[in-house]
Amino acid sequence: MAETDVGFWGVVIAVLGGAIRVGTPFLFVSLGECLTERSGRINLGLEGNLIMGAMAGYAVSYYSQSPWLGVAVAGGTGLLLGAIHALLCQHPRVNHIAVGIALMIFATGVAFFLGKPFIQPSAPQLPSIGLGGWSDSPVVRAALDINALFFLGLLLVPALHWFLKYARWGLMVRVAGENANAALALGYKVKQIRLLATMFGGMLASIGGAYLSLYYPGSWNEGLSSGQGLMAVALVIFARWNPIYCLWASLLFGGAAALGPSLQSIGISWGYFLFNAAPYVLTLGIMIATSSAKQTLAGMPGEFVK
Amino acid sequence: MNQSTYDTSLKPAHRAANSKLSPSQASTPISTPEAVLEAWHISKRFGELQALDDVSIRLRSGSVHALLGENGAGKSTLVKCIMGYYQPDSGQMTLAGKEHLMQNPRAATRDGIGMVYQHFTLIDNMTVAENIVVARPDLPFAVDWTKEATAIQAKMEHMPFQLDCQRKVSGLATGEKQKLEIVKQLLLDTKVLILDEPTSVLTPVEADEVLGEIRKLAVEQGLSVLMITHKFREVMHYADEVTVLRKGKLVGSVNVADTCPEALAEMMMGTRLEIRPQPRVEITGAKPAKLSLHQVSVENDQGLLAVNGIDLCVGEREILGIAGVSGNGQAELVAALSGQRSLAGGAIRVDGEQYVPTRKQIAKHRVYCLPEEPLRNACVPELSLALNLSLRNYDSPETAWFRKIMRFGVIRRRVKKLIERFNIKTTGPNEPIGSLSGGNVQRAVLARELSEEVNVLVVANPCFGLDFKAVRAIRNQIMEARNKGAAVLLISEDLDEIMELSDRFLVISKGKILHESRPLEADIIEIGQAMAGQGQTMSSAKPTEECAAWQSA
Repeated sequence: MAETDVGFWGVVIAVLGGAIRVGTPFLFVSLGECLTERSGRINLGLEGNLIMGAMAGYAVSYYSQSPWLGVAVAGGTGLLLGAIHALLCQHPRVNHIAVGIALMIFATGVAFFLGKPFIQPSAPQLPSIGLGGWSDSPVVRAALDINALFFLGLLLVPALHWFLKYARWGLMVRVAGENANAALALGYKVKQIRLLATMFGGMLASIGGAYLSLYYPGSWNEGLSSGQGLMAVALVIFARWNPIYCLWASLLFGGAAALGPSLQSIGISWGYFLFNAAPYVLTLGIMIATSSAKQTLAGMPGEFVK
Repeated sequence: MNQSTYDTSLKPAHRAANSKLSPSQASTPISTPEAVLEAWHISKRFGELQALDDVSIRLRSGSVHALLGENGAGKSTLVKCIMGYYQPDSGQMTLAGKEHLMQNPRAATRDGIGMVYQHFTLIDNMTVAENIVVARPDLPFAVDWTKEATAIQAKMEHMPFQLDCQRKVSGLATGEKQKLEIVKQLLLDTKVLILDEPTSVLTPVEADEVLGEIRKLAVEQGLSVLMITHKFREVMHYADEVTVLRKGKLVGSVNVADTCPEALAEMMMGTRLEIRPQPRVEITGAKPAKLSLHQVSVENDQGLLAVNGIDLCVGEREILGIAGVSGNGQAELVAALSGQRSLAGGAIRVDGEQYVPTRKQIAKHRVYCLPEEPLRNACVPELSLALNLSLRNYDSPETAWFRKIMRFGVIRRRVKKLIERFNIKTTGPNEPIGSLSGGNVQRAVLARELSEEVNVLVVANPCFGLDFKAVRAIRNQIMEARNKGAAVLLISEDLDEIMELSDRFLVISKGKILHESRPLEADIIEIGQAMAGQGQTMSSAKPTEECAAWQSA
């Protein structure tokens, strides 16, 4: 950034804009994980979904010249990976954590393998909506240039909240996640509920991945994701399995991740890597602050308490 | 036949209250002979075990039918087949004369059969209203919670039980949860209600209240009830008919009016029952205090004080009972004594020394514990019976070289002796303890805790959900430990058990001690008041004084 006179407020606005820009994939992954976990399964493979979605979205966008088609196909890969996870976990003695880790490595490997040809070419990007027109400052304008997918995520937050509280299917998801025995006693098909919840959660995570390659940072390479998929799992715990808290938590993490670049943009270059570590430090800090040796976590799905 | 002749356990206060509900009088207006539910020749096999072998049962409309049998007699399997939770290998069922396929619980619900399971199927993280609504077979696409709550509250006004729709289930007491389960079924327009040991988690007063209301529902509203139970008193007072199962086979069905507890026991056990008072070694001279608690406070999972400044002491060769309604701090107190939970305040002393339940101090002071739900609290379910039985002493010099390398041969021999001595039914020492039946898990944990000479024994609801053969065996073991000199702290929600075993007892309510007495001087009214939380906290009962007074007495 050539102009450094924006000073303190520039940093604030850049962090806010960055919170949205960097936080969007967190939002999608955490909403997906939130849904999956409320059904009683933990899908640690979402990091793999994210990378797979990024690759598939980018590749399809490149070939079809339609970024939205890319997002749709990315979502499709997420459905598929979610289905694999859920179907494997249906068997007795299969551990969902282990399956998640295996799928994460598998999906990452497949994405890197299939994605080699797409590292160089540039694909059409997702459109963004400029909300900074009122300002003359390019910093503000850049910060308030918000991608359409963020608004989709923003709509998903109340939708998922409503779904879990008021909808028949949402209640079924919660019963399956809180007490699988009770769900069976009530005649619900727990496996089927978890299959669908894991698939839908996987789809959201992959759409979050498409955002990475099709908007920010906006290209496909093997270092694209820096563990967002894994951090989103911690984020769901921090958000107490509540979709609305997931939004705030995603923005908080996004803001923390945007801190380093924002400070650099106004010329504070010391500690760049230290500030870049902010989201990870935040993850650790939050986990320590919110856990207790004596109490169970409020809002934790009952199936995880056992 | 006058049933009260055979009733040995009933207390006078209860007898007066229950007499108007006794079946001999109540059954007259409801003598509709038609069967609402009939199951024919049901058989079910689990691997090696023939859980049900050609069992038939007939439930009359508007009646209470008891299903009696030992642990593992197949009672739960039978009702789970009826509910469609299991599919029987053979057999049919008719409902109001029409064939009913035992496919899944949802089909049963649709046809008006509802079941209250022994382990509640409530969802702790949901409210009362949410729990009721999710049980509906016709759950709407979107739920209008205000409308639902109003409708539930309106319907509940015509019911014997009232509950606040907005409360979270995790905050309900056990009795309230039981009531919620029943209300949930009644709101589903259940015609046939199946209850799996409905009173095992309730206090005697709560149990009488719940069963009385259930009987009323049968008499007044034509509800048909099938009730699994272990308790003769409940059969004699609240049931019209009783079916007895033994080892998966049908022994017979009889009218309650034509039978007596001794006859039922004979059907259940295959032998005549002998009732003997618990023998005990009488105390002579002063006895030192072994376990004492000084202003002990313990927090619950929510961080609130569940045990609030308790003082007590247990002497050598004494069983101190702690009676009370469940959820008044008993679980937290046991967790603190067994080392699962740290103290929020106060101190525990054993043999006059400060006691913190670390592995080292447990071994030094020989403080052993049979907590409630032992499979969850005192076992590793996937590990073998042999290893579970060795958890206390696998690192002793006899069972491990240099206390480090385990000697499995020695362990196996030792475990085999324990299995024999405590009569644990198992396929062998290598069977995972999680696959044993409840009574055998209880026996196994008790075997482990009593395998060394015990100084202080803490037992919590040791006979929860067990048949009376197992109850007898376990109570005898506890008494034997006491007679050998142990100080026993018996925490139990079963008042009869407290009366049978304890030398002295306290009543706990909201984490405080509200009453102290001895079984022979027990006043049921005062106990009831203390259980309900009325009365003065016994702050003056400082352990040392208490023991001194008791020693001089």
